[in-house]
Amino acid sequence: MSTMLELTGVNKTFNPGTINEKQALLDINLKMEDGDFVTVIGGNGAGKSTMLNAVAGVWPIDTGSIIIGGENVTALPDYKRAHLIGRVFQDPMMGTATTMQIEENLALAARRGKTRTLRWQVTDAERAEYRERLKILGLGLEDRLTQKVGLLSGGQRQALTLLMASLRKPKLLLLDEHTAALDPKTAKKVLEITREIVEKDHLTALMVTHNMRDAIQTGNRLIMMYEGRILYDISGEEKKNLTVEDLMHKFEEASGEEFSDDKSLLSK
Amino acid sequence: MNVMIAARGALRFGDLLGNIPAGVAQGIIWGIMALGLYITYRLLEVSDLSVDGTFTTGGAVTVMLILAGWNPFAAVFVAFVAGMAAGTCTGLLHTLLGIPAILSGILTQFALWSVNLAIMGFAANKALNVSKYTLMISSRNIQMAIITGLIIAAVLIGIMYWYFGTEHGSAMRATGCNPEMAKAQGINISVMKVIGLALSNGIVAFSGGLMAQFQGFADINMGKGAIVIGLAAVIIGEVAGDAIAGKKLNFAGRLSFVVVGGILYYLTVVIVLWLRLNSNMLKFFTAIIVAVFLAIPNLTNYSKNSFSRAGKNSLKYVNGKEN
Repeated sequence: MSTMLELTGVNKTFNPGTINEKQALLDINLKMEDGDFVTVIGGNGAGKSTMLNAVAGVWPIDTGSIIIGGENVTALPDYKRAHLIGRVFQDPMMGTATTMQIEENLALAARRGKTRTLRWQVTDAERAEYRERLKILGLGLEDRLTQKVGLLSGGQRQALTLLMASLRKPKLLLLDEHTAALDPKTAKKVLEITREIVEKDHLTALMVTHNMRDAIQTGNRLIMMYEGRILYDISGEEKKNLTVEDLMHKFEEASGEEFSDDKSLLSK
Repeated sequence: MNVMIAARGALRFGDLLGNIPAGVAQGIIWGIMALGLYITYRLLEVSDLSVDGTFTTGGAVTVMLILAGWNPFAAVFVAFVAGMAAGTCTGLLHTLLGIPAILSGILTQFALWSVNLAIMGFAANKALNVSKYTLMISSRNIQMAIITGLIIAAVLIGIMYWYFGTEHGSAMRATGCNPEMAKAQGINISVMKVIGLALSNGIVAFSGGLMAQFQGFADINMGKGAIVIGLAAVIIGEVAGDAIAGKKLNFAGRLSFVVVGGILYYLTVVIVLWLRLNSNMLKFFTAIIVAVFLAIPNLTNYSKNSFSRAGKNSLKYVNGKEN
């Protein structure tokens, strides 16, 4: 087994020296092995999405190192890390180019991190492959390859973005509350598709969620964050037996605060 | 003197017909310019104001090189390269120095005023002796000018259709449509924007070179308002395309209608001149035409989706009766 993600001593402070100064990440250490599916849970402002953005390279970190698939990417901006990372965003509008066709979006993703040449953007062989892959989603998108993505629903777009993120096998799949903007039924379906794709392609994934039940039922390891720190890290058998009540108890114990749905905005 | 009417006399329909071919030829050249603008305005979603300067740059470079004995084809090619250089400046001001795109364009345009004068040896205009040179396109032979213009437009549309269908071109479209998504796919959006601005301004300068040949001179003011005329062509073309061919039009079809838009725009100019309206008022009318066409999509949306209509509909519920 090889290490797919290694965060060592990662710190990030936003707006340092101003009245809005915020220590967003505090000495984050995290190691993910090949095939790990880690769910990240925590309240608003806990640093979940911030940690994902640090890994994705949205902005540079203050101190520490980020190593993905053995490559030190700390100095690289997001587009130079893209060859290692597949991303799905919270906002269904963010992951796709809406004025472009479904097959054009897939072709863009199939060349993630590669040099864009003056070859035609999508070949017939690829088109056949996309059709097969889209069939697995069970959303009927395989017959709509040349339609604009803008015509798809939020759930369909998230499913498509998932497919795009995994089309070229990433060292790490980053899922940033990718079901949060969907209605409960669609969210469930997209989460199912997520589990299937991660399992089938044997992906290493890091998934942020607000939903404690999803966090417990998904993946092989769970991390709880609070005020920029990792409070709690649980995996294996222990995670399998975890309940929502355990999680709430752990939260109170570690943070020294009484658990309140209002404060943390976690949902059971 | 009347502000609106330039001269008195009967309007003769024959005069209008006689002026249409020249209007079409100039419309095609502005249509080619609008193809360049389409790259920034529609595909990169940037309003690039450098074009007012680069159109003149193209004209100035072309005329000076032809005067120096260059082949006109080579001259417009150099004009294209000069336009690309200017577009690169706008792109770097925007991406490297973080200046908003619209301001970057204004700065480049402003600087180009001096550069263009310098190219023309600090003269406000330079004339070509049309009978002395074999030009690509000239108002001396309108029929040939129209044919040549259409061939050039067709070749350019073909090249653009091909490029924006390649991996590189689709990455540029993704950059304009959704920069976050583009970055997640490993696309360097700064580089894409610079290349897009360079290509766009290259085409604009190229069309400026054609215009200078057509009219037989380059003038420091020839690019003034090019952005507005280009926008007029793009928008009129889109409205006409939707009306004639419907929403199913493919990319090449939409580009073709941009050139049609340039022609339609210039025909309205011909009509305005035929009506003996003061040509100094032309910019005023152009602004109105562009404003109307820019407003059409919004106005049709308002009519389907308006508060006043919702209010009227609500009355039957408030009053509790069907009427």
